[in-house]
Amino acid sequence: MKARLPARVLLVAIGIAILALFPILDSNPADTSIAEFTLIYMVAASAWNIFSGYSGYIALGHAVYFGVGAYSLTLLANHLGFAAGWGIFALVPVAGIIAGLVAIPTGLIALRARRHTFVVITIAFMFIFQLAASNFAFTGGTSGLQPPTPLWSAASYNDHFYYVTAIILVLTVALSWGVRRSRFGLQLFSIRDDEERARGLGVRVARVKLTAYVVSAIPVGMVGGIYAYFLGQIFPQFAFDPLFDLSVALMAFIGGIGTVAGPLLGALVLESLQQYFTEQSGASQVYLIIYGGLFLIVILLLPRGLIPSTRDLINRWRTRGAVQDRARDEEASRPADVVKAAGAR
Amino acid sequence: MSSLIEAEGVCKSFGGLQALTDCSLSVSKGSIAGLIGPNGSGKTTLFNVMTGYERCSAGEIRFDGESITGATPERVFGLGVGRTFQITRLFFRMTVLENILVATQRHEGWMRSVTRRAGSAAERQRALEMLDFVGLAELASSPAGNLSYGQRKLLELASLLIADPEVLLLDEPAAGVNPTLLSQLSDRIRDLNRAGKTFLVVEHNMEFVMGLCHEVTVLHQGRTLVKGTPDEVRSNPAVLDAYLGGGDDDDDF
Repeated sequence: MKARLPARVLLVAIGIAILALFPILDSNPADTSIAEFTLIYMVAASAWNIFSGYSGYIALGHAVYFGVGAYSLTLLANHLGFAAGWGIFALVPVAGIIAGLVAIPTGLIALRARRHTFVVITIAFMFIFQLAASNFAFTGGTSGLQPPTPLWSAASYNDHFYYVTAIILVLTVALSWGVRRSRFGLQLFSIRDDEERARGLGVRVARVKLTAYVVSAIPVGMVGGIYAYFLGQIFPQFAFDPLFDLSVALMAFIGGIGTVAGPLLGALVLESLQQYFTEQSGASQVYLIIYGGLFLIVILLLPRGLIPSTRDLINRWRTRGAVQDRARDEEASRPADVVKAAGAR
Repeated sequence: MSSLIEAEGVCKSFGGLQALTDCSLSVSKGSIAGLIGPNGSGKTTLFNVMTGYERCSAGEIRFDGESITGATPERVFGLGVGRTFQITRLFFRMTVLENILVATQRHEGWMRSVTRRAGSAAERQRALEMLDFVGLAELASSPAGNLSYGQRKLLELASLLIADPEVLLLDEPAAGVNPTLLSQLSDRIRDLNRAGKTFLVVEHNMEFVMGLCHEVTVLHQGRTLVKGTPDEVRSNPAVLDAYLGGGDDDDDF
């Protein structure tokens, strides 16, 4: 364990360096645009994983909080008369908080159910919000809304969004890591493995689940706000998009659900591929076929996701000899254990 | 001796099935009590009602003189009533040590219980002591899913013990456990009882119950049939009838 720690620190340092330097190394707006979308999905998948990955409750309605964030930022910017520019980024945390507030009642309702019923209720919420956004006057109906467009030069336009999203990404990953190490994370894992028993050991499951749900909705709302500002327009079917939910879940599954790095890797691979293919082929739905194929490959070959499966492979390869030794030792020590236990009698 | 946990006049039905009828049970502080009865007599249902997993339709559950009827399992545990399950339940994907650490928050407020790191040095130390106590210390870092059936039972016990409950309700601790582990288990229960813990044990293994318990309650068809010392219960004709059949009950079959 101790020997692995520096390697992990090094990996994190390299990751942050790449994150910070990417727009300097590759300032082509086509590429930084791909990078921006990728970062948005990395935040979303990582945040989704804090609830669904750790608790085992698969939520397929986080698009609700993405959309609420997008509409909140746009409405606030338009109605409070924010000038286009850096100032609007101050609304990003507000969009996150509003998404978190919306997650309290929706979470309370959805979390009354478990497993499949829970999944269905979260999907239903997503469609309810999409319909609501299409029909209310204040959301602009089906024609949507436009937040102010900043007058930044085209060459560096994406970089502003990129760096704000990068900061949110670092904070979200830190949060995910912190939760995993905390008592809160342990309680979530106990719920994932056996909720009834967790209750019997005093875990206040209702509170733990709702807290994780709200915590995971906040970063999703924040990147929803950034997404609206970045695109410069927002429609109900993009803000509350069922494909968003599927993508985020697939990213976490492919990378390794319940791990800190898994959803990041999944989003990095899938979203950048999708954006690249969209850019190359122009046909925007081709990526769905690729998603399906990739997902099949992962399910068949790496059922626990890229990160855990690769870690297992590396460990097995590294300790191939050691495991055989240990197996031999265990075999030898088993009768001794019985003798020891009998002696204790 | 005052009773630490008691059920009085408990009734519980599932649809048309009357599982418990006017069922009463009391466990004296510092004792090891047994709860026996033929299959389907309502033992586990009574356990579930006492620990908040099921609501009773009538009757009262009291812990240390205070009513806990209708309390949630979380609250019942918080007050100091720990239970194990008939079919052993563990957090299979967590390590043995992590399994034990889950219950350490019992004496903490909610905010503190979520915000701090899982497993302080002192807690890990205590968790390892618990594992040592049940003989699983060497397996601390292996996944709980790898344990044998008997080891799972011991881990389930240890993960309750770390929270230091006043009374432990064990649902069939001996089922499927090999004789060596079984004697280890009853030794551990006796040790803990000497240290002041109260036990209520549901069990089919008569030898285990009669050797361990100070007082035994017999349930039959959802009613309390007899209560007494193991010797009294063993020689009671009503108990023999319930277990071996005979008398008026034969018509049921």
